[in-house]
Amino acid sequence: MSDVMLECRDVSIRYMVGDFKNIGLKEWVVRRLTGRYQVKEFWADRRVSFTLNRGDMLGIIGTNGAGKSTILKAISGIMEPTEGRVIRRGTVSALLELASGFDGDLNVRENAYLRGAMLGYTRKFMDETYDQIVDFAELREFEDRSFKQLSSGMKSRLAFAIASLVKPEILILDEVLSVGDGAFRAKSEAKMREIISGGATTILVSHSLGQVRAMCNKILWLHKGEQKAFGNDVAGICDAYEKFLKGASRLVRESSAGI
Amino acid sequence: MLDKLKKSKFLFEELVKRDFKKKYKRTVLGIAWSMLSPLLMLLVMKVVFEQFFGRTVPHYTTYLFCGLLVFNWFAESTNAGMRCLYGNAAIFTKVNVPKYLFLFAGNVQTLINFVLTLLVFFFFCVIDHVEFTWKFLFLFYPIVTLLVFNIGIGMILSALYIFFRDMDYLWGVFVQLLMYGSAIFYQVDRMPPDVQQVFLFNPVYRHIAYVREIVLAGIIPDLMTHITLAGFALEAFLMGAFMYKHYNTRFLYYV
Repeated sequence: MSDVMLECRDVSIRYMVGDFKNIGLKEWVVRRLTGRYQVKEFWADRRVSFTLNRGDMLGIIGTNGAGKSTILKAISGIMEPTEGRVIRRGTVSALLELASGFDGDLNVRENAYLRGAMLGYTRKFMDETYDQIVDFAELREFEDRSFKQLSSGMKSRLAFAIASLVKPEILILDEVLSVGDGAFRAKSEAKMREIISGGATTILVSHSLGQVRAMCNKILWLHKGEQKAFGNDVAGICDAYEKFLKGASRLVRESSAGI
Repeated sequence: MLDKLKKSKFLFEELVKRDFKKKYKRTVLGIAWSMLSPLLMLLVMKVVFEQFFGRTVPHYTTYLFCGLLVFNWFAESTNAGMRCLYGNAAIFTKVNVPKYLFLFAGNVQTLINFVLTLLVFFFFCVIDHVEFTWKFLFLFYPIVTLLVFNIGIGMILSALYIFFRDMDYLWGVFVQLLMYGSAIFYQVDRMPPDVQQVFLFNPVYRHIAYVREIVLAGIIPDLMTHITLAGFALEAFLMGAFMYKHYNTRFLYYV
């Protein structure tokens, strides 16, 4: 069971920030001509390396802006790393920022099919599993409602149900398990365990350390794009992260007390 | 490969359905709207221009309609195409899907509108006593080349639109100018030869001229015209495809 499913080798991702965005054509020409055009670079991830085997569940932790979502985008192929390589050996199913990407004017059924198509399922598969999806998401009675009228919890539930019913070889979950109420959370965690035991390699981004401790066997800690730690020692790294968080908040308290 | 194509087909169909549903949501006349607008335009142009040009152009209504038919399709398709990529930013920044599908799906809708308008056009031809010949089959050719051309221009515009939102206005102005420069309601025959040469570089005009040759003159255009139309289409398409390929993973920096 040690086949490598996913490997990130020194992955660095650079974002551009600054003038290039939202300035319009006229401003762009003017700034180019006057030499005031500025594009700053910003490394969202810097030399991140890790390897995942079949059946691994990786937890990615870190404060906001640590580069967690960016690395997921590189893994799912939406972005290309500026440097380094991502090697995938298997189909990737990614769930980034769940509730977005649904269309407010379509109803549950239409959105489910559209999402299924986006994730690369076949129509046949959707026909067969649609009932299962709706039942799992507990949206049977809302089937004909347009999406605008659903709560964000319902949307996320549907998204989770669609993404988890396939058997992807690599499944990426970004803040997914924090959706829904307590009952649904328990159900989705059980579903996750089922997928993992089926041999899928899973990546979970979560701010809930309890969840990471309970479910993951590998952990990656990012901080401002740098890789702080990676390894099997989930408990140890989580402890270190917690300590780090406490330290950070104490610093904030002290500095605000000083003023 | 085949598997990938099948999956793309599913997504493509779902996108087409979505676009339809969104476009005709809560419009009573639904799809009839899209046919009504060229007809209203036809009516206005006929009333305004017939006394100026109608006397020298036989079958002036059909002449006008040929121009509007082609031009409206081009304008509608490129305008819709321009927004295809940006409008689906919420999707392609979250899921890795082939981006050209958005544009293809958008073009299905404008193609259907065009075909419906074409049917109305044939109906008008009957009223205007235009003689139908087997040569009408050749109309398929400019339809195919214009479809490819529209998609190509749509790709280029939608890519540019991601970078510069003001493409919207620029293209709007350009389309307006193009309308006056495509000989929709006048004839180029009486212009000085130099000016007539300029018209030959206008792809939309070339398509209109092709349709008129078939419908009004009953002549199949020469081989060079066929090559030129295909050339326009391929050029636009390849350039668009290049932009999509080049910026495929970079679009999301800009949205």
